[in-house]
Order: sequence, then C-alpha cells, then structure tokens
Amino acid sequence: MPTTASPPTAMAGTSRRSGTLYIGDPGMWSWVAHRITGVLTFFFLFVHVLDTALVRVSPSAYNAVIETYKTPLVALLEVGLVGAVLYHALNGIRVMLVDFWSKGPKYQRTMLWGLIGVWVLVMVPGAYFMLQRAVTDLFGGN
Amino acid sequence: MTAATVSNSETLTLDKPRSPRRPAARRSNFELYSWLFMRLSGLALVVLVLGHLFIMNILDDGVHRIDFAFVAGRWASPFWQFWDLSMLWLAQLHGGNGLRTIIDDYARKDTTRFWLKILLYVSMALILVLGTMVIFTFDPNIPVS
Repeated sequence: MPTTASPPTAMAGTSRRSGTLYIGDPGMWSWVAHRITGVLTFFFLFVHVLDTALVRVSPSAYNAVIETYKTPLVALLEVGLVGAVLYHALNGIRVMLVDFWSKGPKYQRTMLWGLIGVWVLVMVPGAYFMLQRAVTDLFGGN
Repeated sequence: MTAATVSNSETLTLDKPRSPRRPAARRSNFELYSWLFMRLSGLALVVLVLGHLFIMNILDDGVHRIDFAFVAGRWASPFWQFWDLSMLWLAQLHGGNGLRTIIDDYARKDTTRFWLKILLYVSMALILVLGTMVIFTFDPNIPVS
C-alpha cells in the first residue's frame, strides 16, 4: 500500500479546490520548512556576528545594541529564532537517521510527528522563560 | 563504446557494471564531501548551537543578563572561546553550503547564479574573518566609550 498522500477523491473539474489541488506530503513540507528555517538562521547569523563585533568598538556601543535584544518585540523574534533553529536541528537529526539508519526510511513519518511533539514540548517552557520578562515589562505585575 | 550500444542484431547490450572501460563517473567528489560535511557539521552544531541558545536565551535571566561584562567573563575562558570559534566556522560553512545549494536550485540564469554566489562567498568571508578576529583580539580593558 502506498504510504504517501491519499489520492484525490473528489471529482476533478467540479471545483478548482476539490481534489485537484496538490497539497503535497508531510515529507515534502518538512523539507520546505528545513530550507526556510535554514535560510532565516543564516541571515540572523550574519547580523549576530556584526552586532557581537561591537565588543571591539566599545563596551557602550555593544551594550546599546544588546539592549534592543531585550525589548518585548525582539524577544518575540528570538522565540521565533529558537523555534526555527530547534526545528532545523530536530529535522536534521531525522535526515541523518533516514540516511544512515537502516530503518530510518521506514520510520521517517513517525519521526516527523515525533520531532513535532518534541518541538512543542521544548518550545512551550522555552517561550515561557524567554517572554516572562517582556510580559511583566509590558503589563506590569510583580 | 561507452554506456549502451545497439548491436547489429538489434539487441540492447550494456557494458558490465565494473568494466574498466566505463567512463569516469565524476570529475570530482566535491558534492559527496559537501553532503557528508552537512551531516557531520550538523551533528556538532546541534550541541553547539542549541547549547548556545539555551545559555544565552533561557538560562538564568536569559538575554537580560547579557552585556559587555558578561561577554568578557565568558571569553576569559579558553573553553568558551573554542566553543564560539568552532560554532562560528561550522555554522558559517554549513549555512553557506546550504545557501549555495538553494542558489543552484532556484537561480534561473547563469549570470544570476554567478552573482548570487559571489555575494554569498563575500559575505561568508567577511563574517568568518571578522568573527575570528573578534574572538582572538577581544580586549576586556578596552576604553568604555
């Protein structure tokens, strides 16, 4: 039995949306997400090395830029960055297991749901710790 | 004759897989090594980058405790200098190789592909040289402003 996407069931031609729209396979979307998260991380790395290089200019120049990393909006972007990197890392491990583990291809789909589960389990407390300060800064509280 | 020839009797004949006259399949193994490098560097980066993100963004007060003094404290240790230097080089080569693949996949014209790769290689060189220089020449007693 094929384990890829189920064939279109609706009659072709009745609607542009029913049954004829290619929605891909989870494996394809995991590959798309791997590319997007990789590119985003690479662009961030470019900026991040430049901002860290300010330690060679002066402590105040470095501290001024690092202060922007502590604002609520950028804290939210940092959660996005950690989420992107974590997905890329977990899916990278899955790719390595598919390539090098004899049973990898058989379990590739199971591993994809597994990595999504691990991602959620890590990101929920991770986002909590990363946004704690932003929330108290924005809405007060003690 | 190389791969496949149609003999006079109109039957398809193929060279034996290991026949010595088989043409050299590749001129270089660069793509094989870059494929392997992505997996090996990826494995190291899982530890280096996730460790870095955990320490910098989540542990203690996360990003709120980072300032010049914090960086000076970390780079006083050769361990963290080596950690950051390895992370810089592996991440830049891993990411650069990934972007090279993406440019090859999506650039439609040879000139576009050429200039995008020049841009990529120049930015990689800039980040590698600058980052390495910063780690090796860091001065905790630099004037305040």
